[in-house]
Amino acid sequence: MNWQLMWDSLPRMLGGLSLTLQLILGSLALGALVAFAVALLRLSGNRVVETLAAAYVFVFRGTPLLVQIFLVYYGLGQFEFIRDSFLWPFLREPYWCAILALTLNTGAYTSEVLRGAILSVPQGQVEAARACGMSRALAFRRIVLPVAIRQMLPAYGNEVILMVKATSLASTITLMEVTGIARRMIAQTFAVFELFIVAGAIYLVLNFIATRLIKFAEWRLTPYLRARA
Amino acid sequence: MGTAMTVAVAVSAFAFGIVVGSLGASAKLSHSLALNVLADFYTTIVRGIPELLVIYLLFFGGSGVATSIAAAFGYDGRIDLDAFTIGVLAVGLISGAYSTEVIRGAVQSVPFGQIEAARACGMSRWLILRRVLVPQTLRFALPGLGNVWQLTLKDTALVSVTALAELMRVTHLAAGATRQPFLFYGTAAVLYLVLTTISTALFNRAEISANRGVRRA
Repeated sequence: MNWQLMWDSLPRMLGGLSLTLQLILGSLALGALVAFAVALLRLSGNRVVETLAAAYVFVFRGTPLLVQIFLVYYGLGQFEFIRDSFLWPFLREPYWCAILALTLNTGAYTSEVLRGAILSVPQGQVEAARACGMSRALAFRRIVLPVAIRQMLPAYGNEVILMVKATSLASTITLMEVTGIARRMIAQTFAVFELFIVAGAIYLVLNFIATRLIKFAEWRLTPYLRARA
Repeated sequence: MGTAMTVAVAVSAFAFGIVVGSLGASAKLSHSLALNVLADFYTTIVRGIPELLVIYLLFFGGSGVATSIAAAFGYDGRIDLDAFTIGVLAVGLISGAYSTEVIRGAVQSVPFGQIEAARACGMSRWLILRRVLVPQTLRFALPGLGNVWQLTLKDTALVSVTALAELMRVTHLAAGATRQPFLFYGTAAVLYLVLTTISTALFNRAEISANRGVRRA
């Protein structure tokens, strides 16, 4: 074990941390918007829209993320009209390709989590809200959504961990985040285990923080469970 | 061809993962503190770091470890693990960590009264394991193992970084050679979809057959 090398590699690895964090936070934020839209579409009651949304979820959950990233990064450039469109300055950059692929991927998984949570809200609560004279939109905003968001937190925590790990795939399309830097340094120094331990520890710390944050959110959203204890 | 290799890696890794998972689950449920800590360490680490890193570790470091283990047994000379073995080991270790948790949960959900009843009937430990614990565990574990299988199948795509000619690697080469990446990655996506769809159907049938003794409400 070369402790000096491990210690010296830390600053360079942490240099990739900012990119890793950008990928995580960016795709989680955008993915939440996608998930919200898709979950609503899947519960809309319109057959066509529901089938389309279900197809999106099926495709993105059924294929490896690596395929999705390559499809976006290498695949989209094949088409003339995409290269000519206003989107090309974005889709030419591996950074935006990674964000797009990660967003679509987490959007599909999260929409299922959210849909399950919305369906788990007791029908009686919706009926009660309607009986109080709330409109459908108001009942959704004040009753269904808050309860659903609290319900989905444990499952969403798993998804966050998966996303932290998924950002490592961005290294395959030349992005120098933590895994990319680790791979380059392994190629330079052949110190496989030392660098693996440093990179792995960074991800473990990220995941540890992520689980704490989700736990904290769960604690904040369940005051009624605390009061009785 | 690539698809056959993908299925081969996935099936071997899943089988290896179940063996590791059973060992891991028995370690977690044993009364030995050392085994508990060891198994906890394994599942926490492997589930907490990216799959790609685990594959890089074994790809770059696997042969070195194999060589030093062989050296400890008095064999000098270098052992080079081939890409298939490394792929199966790496994906299997990842799959095993998830299987450990699934199997542990399933074992714990077998009601203890059933084991007591079996003991009261005079069954030996092995007979209880074979006739009561394993069939019940299988029933509880199947949905979870189905998820692990889907993860394993998709993780095999990452093995393409080790130059093993599975589906993803072949696609990558073909896409580079023909300059039609969308077509080829699209085809790969469809093939993966077919694989996951078939396996979902198979797991549903397995679940029905494992649950045949359960009365429906």
